[in-house]
Amino acid sequence: MNFEFSDEQNLLREQARGFLGDNCGTKVVRNILEGDNSYDQDLWRQIVEMGWTAAVIPEEYDGLGLGYLELSVIAEELGRVYAPVPFSSSVYLASEAILAAGSDAQKEAWLPKLASGNTIGCFALVEGPGQSSEANISASVEGGTLTGTKLPVADGDIADVAVVIAKQNDSVSAFLVDLTASGVSRQAVSTIDPTRSHAKIEFSGAAAELLGEEDQGWALVEKIYDRAAVLFAWEQVGGADTSLDMAKEYSLGRFAFGRPIASYQAIKHKLTNAYVKNTLARGNCYYGSWALSTNAPELPVAAAAARVSAIQAYHFASKENIQTHGGMGFTWEFDCQFPYRRSKLLAVNIGSESAWQEKLISAIENERAA
Amino acid sequence: MDFSDTKEEAAFRKEANDWLGANVPSEEELEALDDKGRAKFWQKKKFDAGWACLRWPKEFGGRDASAIENVIWGQEEAQFTTPDSSMFQIGQGMCGPTMMAWATEEQNKLYMPSLASGEEVWCQLFSEPAGGSDLAALRTRAERDGDDWIINGQKIWTSGAHFSDYAIIVLRTDPLVPKHQGLSYFFLSMKTPGIEVKPIKQISGASNFNEVYFTDVRVSDAQRLGAVGQGWQVALTTLMNERASIGAGGGIGFDAVFALAQKVNMDDRPAIEDAGVRRKLADWYVQEAGLKYTGYRTLSALSRGDLPGPENSIGKLVGAPKTQDMASFAIDLLEGMGVIADSELSDLANKFQHAYMNSPGLRIAGGTDEVMANIIAERVLGMPQDVRVDKGIPFNEVPTSD
Repeated sequence: MNFEFSDEQNLLREQARGFLGDNCGTKVVRNILEGDNSYDQDLWRQIVEMGWTAAVIPEEYDGLGLGYLELSVIAEELGRVYAPVPFSSSVYLASEAILAAGSDAQKEAWLPKLASGNTIGCFALVEGPGQSSEANISASVEGGTLTGTKLPVADGDIADVAVVIAKQNDSVSAFLVDLTASGVSRQAVSTIDPTRSHAKIEFSGAAAELLGEEDQGWALVEKIYDRAAVLFAWEQVGGADTSLDMAKEYSLGRFAFGRPIASYQAIKHKLTNAYVKNTLARGNCYYGSWALSTNAPELPVAAAAARVSAIQAYHFASKENIQTHGGMGFTWEFDCQFPYRRSKLLAVNIGSESAWQEKLISAIENERAA
Repeated sequence: MDFSDTKEEAAFRKEANDWLGANVPSEEELEALDDKGRAKFWQKKKFDAGWACLRWPKEFGGRDASAIENVIWGQEEAQFTTPDSSMFQIGQGMCGPTMMAWATEEQNKLYMPSLASGEEVWCQLFSEPAGGSDLAALRTRAERDGDDWIINGQKIWTSGAHFSDYAIIVLRTDPLVPKHQGLSYFFLSMKTPGIEVKPIKQISGASNFNEVYFTDVRVSDAQRLGAVGQGWQVALTTLMNERASIGAGGGIGFDAVFALAQKVNMDDRPAIEDAGVRRKLADWYVQEAGLKYTGYRTLSALSRGDLPGPENSIGKLVGAPKTQDMASFAIDLLEGMGVIADSELSDLANKFQHAYMNSPGLRIAGGTDEVMANIIAERVLGMPQDVRVDKGIPFNEVPTSD
């Protein structure tokens, strides 16, 4: 039994934690929250230089050809500091979709650029309130041009290329769209977590190139979401751990009625609860990473379990972190708002808790029927 | 990451499996024996071949095996149908390790092999009517009389006292000092005159625990473990092992409730098609899977020869309330028939009712949910102890409920 990260992977974790500790403190995150930038360009450049955007892209496309265990380690560390960069859109979603479904020409055209970080990718699926489904996609492609509106698209305002899910000939397919070409109009939108930018993108006759086979768009969404769910879950577990650490540190230093509030059982039991949820989510994330890194048939169950437990853990830890801080946690100056905002953003970015609970039980039914 | 054994682990697994394949007793061999007889027969057979209490030193009846080997043995034994060995759990899981940490070598050579072989059964006399979560508030007195001590008082919640040969016990030897400082720790024969065992009937109808009364019971000072007044420190050795040996199961889990939800209807279709049912099942699944993979992390640490991390401490705290909630939900799924306990009329509810009635005990035994939460907060998260109004006060001056 070796259900652990390797020494090399743990070394990568140490390097990543050290680097992000130096370069992605909460000041950096706050600058994005309070300023006009969509993301931290310096941090993004450094992340690219460290090769993280190239990590799992094969060497033939100028990537590093590392595995998904390494990417899991990076995801946890980025989540731990709520890094204000378009990493998940570009790496877990756009690059993965092109890797999974792209033709040789498409891979050659886009993967080296995505690996180098010169190009940022995004994934455009959602069109309105409620759960997205194969039946409610209305963006459509006719004669190679795309018409329709996607809202919200994570990093849609800064990305250069989008994987767009749209109808063509009455079925749903995936398309690659160069966002810098004509027929694309986009604007940043304000969101619950301004440290991760989102946009509304209107397509009016933009050139769209089929990605993968026609009618296989929804299957690609499910496949990419299963893979991304593991990495999102690691970001969530990282953020949940930070929330717990913040709450604990504050409770140790804050005195009420003559003693640290950390000595009250109401606080101890609350934080133990957070520790339990984080530990369970982490266990599920380990299994998710194993399934992702080995292309195991168990991935749909493993990914959904990781995702559900990580959503729950981050939500609980981030809200109870504010509660533990009392009134100060509710102020703009304190940092408690960062994990609280980010937990909710990540909870709905690729499908909500209830959507993933349903996916989990469906996947278990499929596994047992097979 | 992979789930496979190292070469050494695989060889050990094969050795264990081969032995079990050749030696697991047949139904004919066990036919004439009752449950305890079966357990003792199987334990002795394992002991004679060196497969009892694997972690213990060979000279005390063990095998000098590593922690991961012990786990592998447990996994392999679980693959076979063998007599239920739970009657040895407290003696071998808690009393033995405490003895080996604190008793003399001669004592251990004398007592440990027959504990390992199952010929003698041990129990643990800790809890008292006035000392549950606050164990150190126990009052059973031991007074010095020459080379002996005289014990008077009452213990409670003692598993297996009615069939035990020996016991470990914590006693108050000095009520005039603060509570933790006035305790001493002993082992003694349960056959000693003056000991009376009375079973407790639980809400489940079963009787797994006892009250044990002491009237002028004499124990030799040579059977003291640790110094006079050091009993609390010795007790901590036992409690650390308790957490490792008390499980959180209860026979029902995701699979059982999932299967039930496929079988019964809700709104004229299988309950498993109901979104509310599916969400609840999903929540329980992620808890179970989270515990399972947390356990795999612990095994990985053992496999490398490292100490497991603190994440291992959450099992009972998660598992016991989950068992209770799932049992309650399963009975609800049966609607009106959920009340039927007569297996002639319906056997669907039986195991859920059993778990429902048993689970309150799981949440209390070996540290209540609340005590477990305190332990995690203090030992894992490093948060301070609650204020204690009895701190530093002589035990006989501490306020009590009676």
